Parts: sequence; structure tokens; C-alpha cells
Amino acid sequence: MSAAAATSVALPDDTLLTVEHLTMRFGGLVAVEEVTFEAKRRQITGVIGPNGAGKTTLFNCITGFYKPTTGRLSLHRDDGPPLLLEQMDGYLIGQKARVARTFQNIRLFPGMSALENLMVAQHNKLMRASGFTFLGLIGMPGYRRAEAEAKEKAVRWLERLGMVNLADDPAGSLPYGAQRRLEIARAMCTDPVLLCLDEPAAGLNPRESAELNHLLLEIRDQIGIGILLIEHDMSVVMGISDHIVVLDYGRKIADGTPTEIQRDPAVIRAYLGEEEKDDR
Amino acid sequence: MDWFPYFLQQLINGLTLGSVYGLIAIGYTMVYGIIGMVNFAHGDVYMIGAFQAMIMLLICGALGISWVPAILLLMLIVSVVLTAAYGWTVERIAYRPLRGSSRLAPLISAIGMSVLLENYVQLVQGPRPKPVEPLIRGGFQLMGGGADNSFVVQLGYMQIVIVMITIILMGAFAMAIGNTSLGRQQRACEQDMKMASLLGVNVDRTISLTFVLGAALAAVAGMMVTLYYGNNDFFMGFVAGIKAFTAAVLGGIGSLPGAMLGGILIGLIEAFWSAYFSAEYKDVAAFSILVLVLIFRPTGLLGRPEVEKV
Amino acid sequence: MTDAVMRTALPAKKPNIYVEAFKEASVTAVLVFLLSVYMVGLQTQASQGQPLSFTTRFADVFWACILVPCGRYLIALDRQGLHLPALIGGIVSFVYLFGVGTFGLAGSLAYDTFPHPFDEPMVNIIFGLGGIYIFGAAYHGTRTRRHGGLTIDQREAKEQRSASWARRMSGILGPMLVGVAVVIPVFMPFSPWSGATRQVVETLVLILTYVMLGWGLNIVVGLAGLLDLGYVAFYAVGAYTYAKLSTELGLNFWECLPLAGILAASFGVMLGFPVLRLRGDYLAIVTLGFGEMIRIVLINWQDFTGGPNGIGSIPKIDFFGLPFERKAPPGEDTFASFFGLDFSTSHRVFFLYYVILVLALITNFVTIRLRRLPIGRAWEALREDETACRALGINPTNTKLTAFAIGAMFAGFAGSFFASRQGFVSPESFVFIESAQILAIVVLGGMGSQVGVALAAILLIGLPEVMRELSLYRMLFYGMCMVLIMLLRPRGLLAHREPTIQLKKRGYSR
Repeated sequence: MSAAAATSVALPDDTLLTVEHLTMRFGGLVAVEEVTFEAKRRQITGVIGPNGAGKTTLFNCITGFYKPTTGRLSLHRDDGPPLLLEQMDGYLIGQKARVARTFQNIRLFPGMSALENLMVAQHNKLMRASGFTFLGLIGMPGYRRAEAEAKEKAVRWLERLGMVNLADDPAGSLPYGAQRRLEIARAMCTDPVLLCLDEPAAGLNPRESAELNHLLLEIRDQIGIGILLIEHDMSVVMGISDHIVVLDYGRKIADGTPTEIQRDPAVIRAYLGEEEKDDR
Repeated sequence: MDWFPYFLQQLINGLTLGSVYGLIAIGYTMVYGIIGMVNFAHGDVYMIGAFQAMIMLLICGALGISWVPAILLLMLIVSVVLTAAYGWTVERIAYRPLRGSSRLAPLISAIGMSVLLENYVQLVQGPRPKPVEPLIRGGFQLMGGGADNSFVVQLGYMQIVIVMITIILMGAFAMAIGNTSLGRQQRACEQDMKMASLLGVNVDRTISLTFVLGAALAAVAGMMVTLYYGNNDFFMGFVAGIKAFTAAVLGGIGSLPGAMLGGILIGLIEAFWSAYFSAEYKDVAAFSILVLVLIFRPTGLLGRPEVEKV
Repeated sequence: MTDAVMRTALPAKKPNIYVEAFKEASVTAVLVFLLSVYMVGLQTQASQGQPLSFTTRFADVFWACILVPCGRYLIALDRQGLHLPALIGGIVSFVYLFGVGTFGLAGSLAYDTFPHPFDEPMVNIIFGLGGIYIFGAAYHGTRTRRHGGLTIDQREAKEQRSASWARRMSGILGPMLVGVAVVIPVFMPFSPWSGATRQVVETLVLILTYVMLGWGLNIVVGLAGLLDLGYVAFYAVGAYTYAKLSTELGLNFWECLPLAGILAASFGVMLGFPVLRLRGDYLAIVTLGFGEMIRIVLINWQDFTGGPNGIGSIPKIDFFGLPFERKAPPGEDTFASFFGLDFSTSHRVFFLYYVILVLALITNFVTIRLRRLPIGRAWEALREDETACRALGINPTNTKLTAFAIGAMFAGFAGSFFASRQGFVSPESFVFIESAQILAIVVLGGMGSQVGVALAAILLIGLPEVMRELSLYRMLFYGMCMVLIMLLRPRGLLAHREPTIQLKKRGYSR
């Protein structure tokens, strides 16, 4: 913990998200307790832990689906003071703070086409361009241009994920792997500064999983945003994370680089006890 | 203490009315608890209960049965059995096939069922309101009416019957839900329908029974209203349904004691509102409460907060 | 008990399907008996000053207890793969009962010569429709269940076929309907029904009003997925706005129209703001309550709304300043004198027709346009998954609110038109049944399908107008329609969804 604080002082510009003393209670159940860690820009921060360790709850707090019981979540920006996520309304975290997420059980708009899914993700930008509907309704050229740009961006993502031929298909009828990828593309279309991925590799075959690794590294290196990643698939986490946070029973038990984590006795203990349950 | 007799009278009226709403509200709350939908047709099931009880009363008259307890018992049994059949049928036809479909489909189907039942009754029983002769007249005179001509506080026998029946039924019902295997199965289905069915709970049957129980209680409410107000028409379930739903929401939807509490509160509010403000706007008062509760305390008085699963 | 349960419950020995079907039919018979013995068997009669009495109708109960279980028996056999009895039984009962019922409706003497189970002709027809339902189910069964059900691919292909059929139909029907609508009043006088021109056009005005209301509600229910059961309240706001403004401030129709729309929209916002955060079914019941509340206020706020009698002698629509009157005040023109025509009361009706046609088409145009704008996509996205929308930074409350307000605005326009056509407004026109009727139109037509809604309005409003005998049963049919459509074709008759933006111009086909 102290090490993390030290780095944040040394390199303040690199820190994207600080989570401090985060606690989330549901009635008597403490799902997350006093968790403190940091995520940096241009880094992939993995969050691992046995089932029920509080990973998804942590995510839900960061992305505004739950209001944390106590603790502070600050998102550092290049311009202006940090945003305190715990005080923001759910949708504002996507809109203002630009934290995007995916869901453990994919939540696309199944009846809408893949391309439309990506257009919806650019809603706020397009709403402004359409003069909050009024200018768009009378067909102003400014809006048309904005829409064409948005479409181009969506198509670029579809190309990047190799699913441009599926653009007009309903998202719900896409193959599973394509749905996972589309959800990531949709999150990326919101122009996030922090991308939170909840088990993106779940249900993927090894080849798709490798492609996903490649994609995430590309997002990190080329777009330069921070990624927060919950994952069970150790080959993904250990392979691409720059930094790993380990949770167990709602508490943070370790925090460090993949190599450090692999040697950490607390982690080994937590995992060996739960190996059968956890190994998917 | 001039105000007290008038106040007491409203309290008595409110409790009577509240018992009726409470019994209907239980049907809403149980169905909502188990399958998470508003059974819009429930108010009409109550209306059908009232009609069945009314017809039984007429038959008793035609057969020359005049012993009041016998009439009450016959009305109760017949209207409960026949109305329960309606509850079962509504679920079987309009809701069961839609289980697991989109969110909107069962709601629209429920609205359709409500419109269907209302118009079916209008067609088979005629559109006119049916005046029913009161079966139980008279009551205790609690206060007033002496030489000073003060306000008379009446506690009708019928009001006593209504409150008594409600209390007995509620007690029996709470015991049944709390201690029987049906109650356990219901709660299991509420928690997780899929898991319950994997563990051998017959989910279809449990849900059907929930509808049957709800309809039975609504039938009792309908019977009591028939005897108390004695003016049934095919549209009576509409407003009563909304108010009972308000009661269920006020008490905390999904909670049985909540439904009863909410029912009594709505009954009291309506009685006092009519007495002290304006009788014309009593329905507006109920709807306003619904909106206010939903805004400020959507979980109701006794409900538990819903944690959204993401 | 569903047949699925039956099958899993008795895996070991193969039950005799006839016996099983008979069991099911017996259960149904008991149930039908319970349902009908009092409600149908004994009709209560209320007459002024008399105590309640009743008459019996046990013959109807008897026949219901025979016919419904027979149908159940056929369906049960059909489920087990024996389609033939259901096919034959269904079609025979349909032809016979429907035919007899039609004779009865037409008042033909043949009704008495053929034996018929129910006195009421319409009831025979309803049971006849039950027969065609059985036939249809069995026919469907022969096509799909032959090889033990459809594979997922087959089902998908079938859905695609039906969607592309709907798309083609909409593509053809849409422009055709608009074309017919534009020329009908012009051609009517030259048609064989020229004598009834005025009645026909008046009926069409009524239908178009409902088309417009249906399209307006379609924004709320079809696109945004919000079940609004108090839609008629906004219609009432529009109507009363016009009534008040025109009678008291002397504003004309064209000045009132936008005001009515704006006022209705603000009512929508006022109501929507607190409740749109709530779950869908809460919204439904709050809007239901709101619709009722508006009506109660209209009845009781005597000074402002005229109470149950409503507001009368509302100025009728004029032709942009020229009144449709026989005589104008001195020094002014009427529509007829200005254009040098003979005065006819039909002029106003024709004008009303084109006004509502234009209003309806504007509603349609705006809806289609909105759907392709970000707001429209956000509506549909919210309908599909609200949680995902929030994660994308879309403000769910505001987005729903716009849908609610825009839907309300169109209802306000329609209400204003209604008031100017009727010349009077009263709370009676704004009961829940109206909301249910509009909802039935949207549901039957297909939520989100513009052409479907228009067709449904023609069917549900036009048919009872043409066949007066139906009007008693109108709401019964609406209720049945809503339930049946949800069970059989939940997306409506003409259901298809065209993406709002496409990569390739014409649908990419697999």
C-alpha cells in the first residue's frame, strides 16, 4: 500500500484512478472492505481473486452502479482537478468521467445491429451535434457530417475486430466471441480514458483469447488509455497485465507485477485453497 | 372534544375500507413477489368475485335460505371457489405462456386480460350497476345521538363482520405461507425460479397456486364489498385495483404484512380525505400517494431494497 | 399442467394419447363449468325500483362445457402429433358456427333453420373463431413439428422470412395507403357509394385520428418501450386546451394547435419526471392512475372544465381564416363564397379530412426521422437494455422523458383536432377504454411498425364503424387481440425492424 502511494507521488501524471479505502456493504455482508489501489494510464491493471472475492462489486462501485458505503474513488484528468466518482450519478461516470465498461454477462442491445450498437455508444457526442435533436430533425449539414464521422469510427472498430461483414446483423444473433468483441468496441466508441473489462475472456476459445490479448495490448499501446481487467483466465491476466491487484474475501491481499504476484505466498494460499472452484 | 366523534366514525369507516383494499393488495403483492409483474387483471378478478357472491346471495334468496351465517358461508365458499378458477385460468392463458419473454409482453397481455374480463362481464351480466339489498343491517351506536343531538358514531354489524373476516383470513394466511411447504416453495420461487425448479419445486404449480390464493382473497373482498356497499358493476375492479396496487406499493411490494398495512392506510386516507377535504377527489388522493411513494420511497414501508444485479 | 411436465413426469411407459387427451379435456370441462355456471348461467337483472332478479341461461353453459373441452381434446391430440382430427374438427366447427352466426347477424331466417348452440349470433361466431384457431395451430403443427420441432437455424430462417415478408408488405402497403388516402375524397363522388360520401369521409377522419394517436403512442411504447396506459390524458389536455383557448380567448385552430401540443408535452414532462426512473410496470400503473386522475379533475373542476357536461359550442375549424358557413358576417367571405362554390356541409368534412391526414403524416414523418437520430437510437437502446445505456453515459431519465413528451405532444395535436371537429368536449371521451383502444392498435400493428399501426387502426376502428353489430363486442375483441397477439406474435402483425443506419445499402444476406 505504501509502495503504491509512493509511486503516485513520484509519477503523479501517470496515475489515472486511485481507489482509497473503498468499502461496500450490503446489509450485513461486506463485499469489499478497505480496498486501496491505483490504476495507471497506458497500463493494464488486472484484478484477480477467487469467486466471491468482490471483484465485480468493486467494478460496480467504480462505474457507478453501486454507491460505495465509504471510501474515495478519484479519476485523475489531464486538465482540471480529479473527479470523485463515488459522488457521481451512474450515467455521468460514462458521460463526464469517461469510464467505460463491459459486463460479465454480455449486455449488448440484442435487437439492434452491430453498427447501431456502436452508434449508440457515441450518443452524447451525436446529441450535441444534432443540436439536441432539433437541428438533426431539420437535417442540418453539421449533424450529417458528425453522423458520417461517427459511422466511420464505428466501421473502423468493426474492421479492427474483423467483423465488418457482420455490421448490419442484429447484435443478439452474432456468435459469442463476436459479441464479446463488439462489447469492447462499443465501450471504446465512447472515447473512454479508463476501460473496465469484466471477464472479457470468459467463454472464449484459446485462439479468441489470444486475439483478445492482442487487442487489449493494442488499445493500451496505441490509444494509450488505462485498462482495468477482471479475469479468471490466468494466461490472459499474467500475459498482459502490467500490474495486478489480488482480492480475497473483499480485501486486498496483494498488489504488484505479475511476477511478484505469482510468488506471493498470500496469493498462493488463497488460490490453492480454492483451486477446484476457481479453475474454469 | 367536538371533533372526536366524527373522527372516530371516519376511523371505523377507514378501517373497514382498508380491510377490503388489504385483501386485494395481497394478490398484487404475492404475484409481484413471485413473478415480478403487476397483474393488471387482479382488480377485475375482484370484480368477478363480487359478482359471484352477489349471484349466490340472489340464489339464497330464491331458495328461501334466510339464516344469515349460512348465507355468508355459502357466499364465501362459492365466490372463493369460482373466482379462484378465474385466477387460475387468467394465469394459465395469459401469463404462463409468456414466462421468460420480453418485459413488455406479459404487461400488455395483462392489460388485454383486464379489458377482456371487464367486457365479458358487461356482456354476460349487463352494463347496469346492480343494487344489492343489505344482508346485515344495524349496528352499535357508540356515541352521541342523545338529547343534545350530537354526532352519532355508528359501528355497523357489517363493519364488524368485515374486519373480523379480514383478521381471521390474514392470520390463517400468514400461518399458511409461513409454515406450509407451499409457502416455502413460493419463497424459493421468489428467490430463484430456475434453481427452485432444479431442486424439484413445481414452479408452474406454485405460481398457479399463488394466483389462486390471490383470487380467493380478492373474492372475499368482493363478497364483503357486495354486502357493505351493495352496488356492483363491471367496472368496479378498475379503480379498486389501482388503489389496492397503491396499497401494495405503499406497504412495500412483495411483503404480505406490508400489503395489509398499506391497505389499511389507503382505506384510512381515503375515509379521512373524503370526510375532511372532498369526496370527489378521493381517488386523486390515492393516486397522488402512489406517485409520492414511488418517488420518495419506492421500496414502500416494509419492503426490502432491491439490489440490481449487473 | 403443461404437456412438457406431463412428458417428463411419465417417461417410462407410453401413455395412451387418447386417454391423456380425454383427461385434459375433462379438466377443462370442469374449469369451464366453474367459470361459467354463475357468470353465464345466471344473468342478474337490475331495473329501476325493483330488487335485483335473475334469469337462467344454462343452455349456454351446457354448450360451452361441451365445445371448449372438445377443442381442448383436439389440441391435446394435435400436440401429440395427431393433426388430422384438429384440422378437420377446427375447420368444420369454424365453417358451421361462423356461418350460422353470420346468418344470425344478418338477421337472416336461415339462422332459425340451422340449429345453433348459442342464441346470441356473435357468441357462435366467437366459438367459430376458436375453431379456426385450432385449425391454424394444427396446420402450423403439420408444417413444423413433423421432425420433432425446428432447429435454431430453421427458426431463425423462418423469422427472417417473416421479417422480410413484413418488410416487403410495409414497403408496398405504405405508399399505397398514403396514395389511396390522398385521393379517396376526390374519387368518392364518382364511386357507386357516392351517396355515402360524407359518412365515409367522416369515418375516415375518425380512423385517421386513431392512426395519428397510434403513431404517437408508438414512439412511447414501440420505440422507447415505455408502457403508457394513460395516453388519453394527453389527448384530453390537447382537446381542452383548444376548447378553452378558442371559446375564451378567441384563438383559432391554427394558433391553438402548437399551444395544445406544447401544453400536452409539458404535462408529459411533469408526469414523467418523477416516475420515469421507475421500473416499467410501475410506470404503467402510474400512467393508468394519471389518466384516471385527469378525468376526475375534468369532471369535478366545474368552473374551469364545465364538469361532466364539458365545454360546448367550440368554434369549428376554418380554412385559414375563411369559415365554412352558409353566411358570412357582412363584409367577410366564407370558404364557399371566396372560391365561388355552392355552400356544402361536406366542404368542412373534406377539409377536416385533409387536415388530419397531414397531421398524421407529419407524425409519421417526424417519427421516422427521429428514429434515425441519436435520440431515437437511444430510445431503442433503452428499450433493449437500460443498464448498458447507463454504462455508455446515456441519461436514461432524460431520454425517456423526451419520448414521453414527444408522444404526449402528438396526442395534444390530435386532441386539439378532435375538439375542433366535435365542437364540444366532455370527460366521457377520455376514459381508460380509449387508452386501451390506442394501445391495442399499436400492439396489433406491431410495436415500432408504422404501416402496421395504420392497418390496425383501419381494422379496429373502421370495422366496428362499418358493422354496427360488432360495436357491442368491440372491447371484448380488443382485449382478446392484445392477449392473443402477445401469445402468438408478440411483435405485432407487421413486425420487422429496419436498422437505422446501414453499412451496405441493401440488406446483407447470408
